[in-house]
Amino acid sequence: MSKMIMGAQGEWEIVIGMEVHAQVLSVSKLFSGAATAFGAEPNAQVSFVDAGMPGMLPVINKFCVEQAVRTGLGLKAQVNRSSVFDRKNYFYPDLPSGYQISQYKNPIVGEGEVYIDLAGGETVRVGIERLHLEQDAGKSLHDQHPDQSYVDLNRSGIALMEIVTKPDMRSSEEAAAFLRKLRAIVRYLGTCDGNMDEGSMRADVNVSVRKPGGPLGTRCEIKNVNSMRFIAQAVEFEARRQVDLIESGGTVRQETRLFDSKLGETRPMRSKEEAHDYRYFPDPDLLPLELEQAWIDTIAASLPELPDEKKARFMRDLGLSAYDAGVLVTERELADYFEDLARGIDAKSAVNWLNNEILGRLNRDGRTIADCPVTAHANNTILKMIADRTISGKIAKDVLDIVWSEGGDPADVVRARGLVQMTDTSAIEKAIDAVIAANPDKVEEVKAKPKLAGWFVGQVMKQTGGKANPQVVNALLKTRLELPEEG
Amino acid sequence: MSLPTNPTSFTLADAREAVRKKEISSRELTQAFVSAIEGARTLNAFVTETPEKALAMADASDARIAKGSMGPLEGLPLAIKDLFCTKGVRTTAGSNILSNFIPPYESTVSQNLWDAGAVMLGKTNMDEFAMGSSNETSYFKPVLNPWRARNSNRNLVPGGSSGGSAASVAANLCLGATGTDTGGSIRQPAAVTGTVGLKPTYGRCSRWGIVAFASSLDQAGPMTRTVRDAAILMKAMASVDPQDSTSVDVPVPDYEATLEQGVKGLRVGIPKEYRIDGAPPEIDAMWAKGAEWLKAQGAEIVDVSLPHTKYALPAYYIVAPAEASSNLARYDGVRFGHRAKGAHDITDLYEKSRAEGFGAEVRRRILIGTYVLSAGYYDAFYSRAQKLRTLIARDFTQAFEKCDVLLTPATPGPAFAIGEKTSDPVSMYLNDVFTVTVNLAGLPGISVPAGLTPEGLPLGLQIIGKAFDEATVLRVGRSVEQAAQFAAKPEAWWRAA
Repeated sequence: MSKMIMGAQGEWEIVIGMEVHAQVLSVSKLFSGAATAFGAEPNAQVSFVDAGMPGMLPVINKFCVEQAVRTGLGLKAQVNRSSVFDRKNYFYPDLPSGYQISQYKNPIVGEGEVYIDLAGGETVRVGIERLHLEQDAGKSLHDQHPDQSYVDLNRSGIALMEIVTKPDMRSSEEAAAFLRKLRAIVRYLGTCDGNMDEGSMRADVNVSVRKPGGPLGTRCEIKNVNSMRFIAQAVEFEARRQVDLIESGGTVRQETRLFDSKLGETRPMRSKEEAHDYRYFPDPDLLPLELEQAWIDTIAASLPELPDEKKARFMRDLGLSAYDAGVLVTERELADYFEDLARGIDAKSAVNWLNNEILGRLNRDGRTIADCPVTAHANNTILKMIADRTISGKIAKDVLDIVWSEGGDPADVVRARGLVQMTDTSAIEKAIDAVIAANPDKVEEVKAKPKLAGWFVGQVMKQTGGKANPQVVNALLKTRLELPEEG
Repeated sequence: MSLPTNPTSFTLADAREAVRKKEISSRELTQAFVSAIEGARTLNAFVTETPEKALAMADASDARIAKGSMGPLEGLPLAIKDLFCTKGVRTTAGSNILSNFIPPYESTVSQNLWDAGAVMLGKTNMDEFAMGSSNETSYFKPVLNPWRARNSNRNLVPGGSSGGSAASVAANLCLGATGTDTGGSIRQPAAVTGTVGLKPTYGRCSRWGIVAFASSLDQAGPMTRTVRDAAILMKAMASVDPQDSTSVDVPVPDYEATLEQGVKGLRVGIPKEYRIDGAPPEIDAMWAKGAEWLKAQGAEIVDVSLPHTKYALPAYYIVAPAEASSNLARYDGVRFGHRAKGAHDITDLYEKSRAEGFGAEVRRRILIGTYVLSAGYYDAFYSRAQKLRTLIARDFTQAFEKCDVLLTPATPGPAFAIGEKTSDPVSMYLNDVFTVTVNLAGLPGISVPAGLTPEGLPLGLQIIGKAFDEATVLRVGRSVEQAAQFAAKPEAWWRAA
């Protein structure tokens, strides 16, 4: 896919950088003990600190710091042993203290990198500029009363990680791939649930255009693009807008724009909304955050295997294709499920089973791998029964359907329902004899038209309740019906 | 021990002993102060009197005494500066914007006092948000200094910002009071009311629940009639607090135990930069006398230099307003406090509420603070002020290589008249010239009454110590107190006829 967009005066390159706000997975807020659960009654999870009451002081939540460090390590980034919390000052009703505690000049995490895989098999490196910790604001509700606004402070003070990339992306596809990859990484790490619907992950996208190889153009920041689909739409629209503007003799103004998902377009925010002088200065209520290397090392040692490493291992140790491995590692739960499912089984047949049988049924039922009704272990049992020819592939699917809807252990189901594959030739021969005896006309027909052998196979399978080994049935039928080898 | 007839003239230590010996009940003691406060409303020392609460607390205290379980301050009535949030009791910070604010929580420092058995008499008047040196910026009108010049009826300021606390201690309206000190707000009013005021090391007392002015400078401390009383209150107020990240976990010693150890062998530094042009001659004279007193008691007097002293006031008037402009942003009329009527949108609500809620001095400092933090000015002002702060702190560190404590005047002059300096903010700010350095360096400092001017107005000497060495500061303060033999009391002209 070409990364250039075509204007009237030739090709233009899109340059994209992102600022992602990822909510730290933590039961309590960044500077108070109040709860963070989603969906609580308005203002039910607000401490005096979160409400900006007089004389209240923030106290750093060590777990949130640990989560930021863990994320930094997962982004292969520099963790800064000393960082500073600053106040970002502005007035808004959902910002109770009149300032947001953030990190400005000295963030907790410095430069890192993320690799993204594109559809064509290309891998792109996206540089991470920094990650810093900050508080979320509350929420203003303008639709609850005809002439008043309400404020819900449940979100006020919740810990966010702002992750800033370098302007390393060149297409909406790359931008969406980056966000997917970042989401996968933080979910692997357990530092953010990545739930974009609940606002746990929100992205601001910086877009500019330039002539290929030329100097960077003026960028516009598109605020709060909160789904993968919207990112692609927003980037495409904004790049096209800038190209048209420049080509018609205009200049791009550096500004903040909002993406309107209904119209699929970006529009400038009112200048009043962006004319802030935030007057950053170090928060005197908080000491500089000093981390011990030993503590960082302990966190590093506890990191899980991340998507890139897992993918490489799946390819190297299990012989999976880059595509199969790449799909499997997008979700940690899926990769874990796969590994349990594939234990002791040929990896390719495990992948096929997962893709065709499990994901197909999940999709049908509107479920995810996390709430799959059949465990990976049960699937592993089924696959092992196919491998050792206890059951046929067809019976295996029936067994899966049974345990999918009724539960139970697949081995028990096979035993209790007598589904064990028939490999005893004398029993199969008996069934063949019966079918031949009952259908003399068909026997004549098949001699003229060997393709009709399939009908006999079906009848024999029916006679044996599907338990006959199909290969054995085929072979025996061919002998009995005196069919040519290649039929 | 012979007790004075009126228990309101007890020292805190006297009262403690009388209560312990059951010579007086907490209720009797408390009732005496409640009556004294009622009789001294002319001074306007209290924003909120809490007599019912005081008597209820006294009764609870008497019940504990009867059971033999006594805290270190059992049954002793105190006044609390109206900057400390008190659960269920209006806390105004001297401002209209908080004139209706009733906190649902208790500050750590005041809770420490109640846990020690103390009784709350009420909330004392103060400069609005602790911004002022004369108590004239209070929304609740100025406090009058109990002291007047000899043969004069002119009302004087009690200093500020802890003016109500200072006046109530000086006028025997409480056994002691809490104050807060950001640039001198304990020591300066103590000096001009003939009382003792101790600002401990930054981090010694928790700031949790104290309405913030300038977070990196604010510290709570005791205001009392004697140095011993300050030692007693200091011990009870101090604590490390997990709710205040800037409080420091250094053990709080028994300050009383070392109070009488004298100054023999101690090196007392005299910083030459504290000799300022235009100061009244009695300031220098008293300073010299203080050095002589300590020398006579065995201390060694050393000349030291604090070369960056002249930058302290400018640095302070950048750092403190900068922090204040941010700290006071929460007073927006949205969640608590004064909300203007008739606002047509949110910006209008902010502007009207804050314009009506804040007085002129607070508005001035918010403007200064906003300006010095603004894009393009930050480096020229705030950054440089912080660098100066580092240099000022280093001055002290270097001086303390040559001495154990510093002796300086507490103020450049005695109490001045109401209205005398209100039109000239800079002359008002100069009142803190000897005290702000200590806040900028985070050190402990005490003001001890040392004598009277020829007009009969009290003056104080300041002793500055090393970080967390309040024990030595109090000990030297006690030596000054003993030598000064300061026994003067103001005439009780305010008492209702």
